[in-house]
Amino acid sequence: MKKVLLLILVLTLAMSTLLVGCGADKETADGQGAKIGMVTDVGGINDNSFNQSAWEGLQRLEKDLGDKVNIDNAESTKATDYIPNLNQFISANWDLTWGIGFLMGEDVKKVADQNPDAKLAIIDSFVDAPNVASVTFKEHEGSFLVGVVAGLMTKSNKIGFVGGMDIPVIKRFEAGFKAGVKAVKPDAEIAINYTGAFDKSDLGKAAASTMYDQGVDIIFHASGSTGDGVFNEASDRKSAGNNVWVIGVDKDQAIIFGDEITLTSMMKRVDEAIYQVSKDLVEGNFKAGLVELGLKENGVGLPENNPNIPADVLKKVEEYKEKIVSGEIEVPAE
Amino acid sequence: MNKLVKLFTKESSLIPLMAILLGLLFGALVMIMGGYNPIIAYASLFKKVFGDLYNFGETIRQITPLIFTGLSVAFAFRTGLFNIGAEGQFVMGSLGAVIIGTQLSLPWYIHAPLAILVGALFGGIWGGIAGYLKAKRGVHEVITTIMLNWISLYFSNYIIANYLREPGQQHSEMIKPTASISLLNWLSEAFGYNARLHWGTIIALIAAFIFFIILWKTKQGYELRAVGFNPHASEYAGMNVNRNIINAMFIGGVFAGLGGAVEILGVFNYQTIAAGFPGYGFDGIAVALIGANTPVGVILASILFGSLTYGAPGMKFGAGVPIEVIRVVIASVIFFVAASGIVTYILSLFKRKKKEVL
Repeated sequence: MKKVLLLILVLTLAMSTLLVGCGADKETADGQGAKIGMVTDVGGINDNSFNQSAWEGLQRLEKDLGDKVNIDNAESTKATDYIPNLNQFISANWDLTWGIGFLMGEDVKKVADQNPDAKLAIIDSFVDAPNVASVTFKEHEGSFLVGVVAGLMTKSNKIGFVGGMDIPVIKRFEAGFKAGVKAVKPDAEIAINYTGAFDKSDLGKAAASTMYDQGVDIIFHASGSTGDGVFNEASDRKSAGNNVWVIGVDKDQAIIFGDEITLTSMMKRVDEAIYQVSKDLVEGNFKAGLVELGLKENGVGLPENNPNIPADVLKKVEEYKEKIVSGEIEVPAE
Repeated sequence: MNKLVKLFTKESSLIPLMAILLGLLFGALVMIMGGYNPIIAYASLFKKVFGDLYNFGETIRQITPLIFTGLSVAFAFRTGLFNIGAEGQFVMGSLGAVIIGTQLSLPWYIHAPLAILVGALFGGIWGGIAGYLKAKRGVHEVITTIMLNWISLYFSNYIIANYLREPGQQHSEMIKPTASISLLNWLSEAFGYNARLHWGTIIALIAAFIFFIILWKTKQGYELRAVGFNPHASEYAGMNVNRNIINAMFIGGVFAGLGGAVEILGVFNYQTIAAGFPGYGFDGIAVALIGANTPVGVILASILFGSLTYGAPGMKFGAGVPIEVIRVVIASVIFFVAASGIVTYILSLFKRKKKEVL
């Protein structure tokens, strides 16, 4: 039996040495330029939404700055992964480590306190530490505008909102959206449903199905990849001849799900925020503290092209946008 | 020492070892096909797990809950029951611990043990329900435990969201410091060491020992195993099969519940409103399988499993292997371990050759 084991060991070693040459080179940073790492939440890097947008921001930075920057990401599969994943970059002396999402707030805080020399940054949560840059968005402002669109374009006078988890970030979407609808159509009914998850498209589909059955014709979702199910249901209804719409979130989701069902999207420019803060770091201007991005800073808003929205509605949206930017309208955040 | 050599050349330990090796080889093959260097990849996996004290401590943290859930599945299996519900029992254990940890104010020498005990009890009851349904109503435990998993998830979400929630957060309040079994504060003050180690690891090892004592050194354990081998013969011999089924599921649930409790009291200090399962219960099935349902086997399998899952991001970081390929590697290790028939076949090929030579 020992001989067998020995044989296998020898074979393994032999095969390995033979094949070393074939392998790819180490992809990680090699000392040149600033090193920027990013840790996703449990949604993963290909969530069509939040984490993906963040990663695209870093990829754009790498493209623009070339050798001056190295990037990498770590995907978390469990909540226990957050701290080790953050520490992985920090213990390797990376220059900046991003934590993506509200759910990582406390872990980023812990890691930042334990490593006062490291620089960290977080999206969607304010971490009060001298070495952390926090970026939050005024989602309510952008959601107000898509609320205006929904209010002006609904035929059934019933509008739906599908949220992910019941957390302050998503509450801001809901509050702004409701205010926007009410501003243009005070008598419209708004159905609200929190699915409790950002990664369960089946729950999104079920929520959308219930709403469309109740006569809702436009649903705004703020629920990460749970929203994939909302789009899926809408597309089923559309092919059955019903005129229903979805308003996407975070990215211009018409690009993924098509113009037939996507009315517009409430873009949250996570990519832009990551790009800017990371660029500041590369140029030596990293600042800890809170940055809030709203309509004024182009942190939220509608996509450039909205083929499904008539010109007069767009004009109205533009008017409201100016009022919000000038401070004439104060959009409620909760 | 001789004993040790024997232990590792016995057929029962040789098969898992061979299986792991085959799995790693197959994983290497996949990496080569994808254009990645398996040696660098495995080296960075090894480095991530054993490379420095911080990561080593975190690996132990990753291994601990797997020992508990592995024991839970293995225990039920010894009585011929398939406990898919370790996941739910784990969640219920967490819930029990977090309720005691947040709601009561007690001195530490009562608070932490009480929280652990209540967690264990919650898990035990959860397992016991499935055992009761099986014994009294003949409902298959696979069905009930899967259903109970979902009930536990949404039940604990409900309790946390409505009674224990920290305002504005997606999780419960922090447990009181007296309920914590974490070593972190002490370690980081004394050594500046930040891995989330906790007493639960010691409890896990004790639990494995208790597992052994119950099954092989008590009358109750003898009955449990007898029912596992043949329920009809046991009944004929005068044993109460139904009671043994309930007991087995209860004790299995206690193990998983303990795991959930120490995970809360030692690692998180709060319980999150979770969209899905933590996954330790399902991994526990694989752990019990690899560990051949023995306490030592479960510990070793947990070490393998925990190291692989914790080290996997290291392969990405160090060798640039994409996470999908890493999952293939891990899955192939599990596959070969589970499909031990293939391994025995390959081993027998070698054996036959040896005989021919002789």
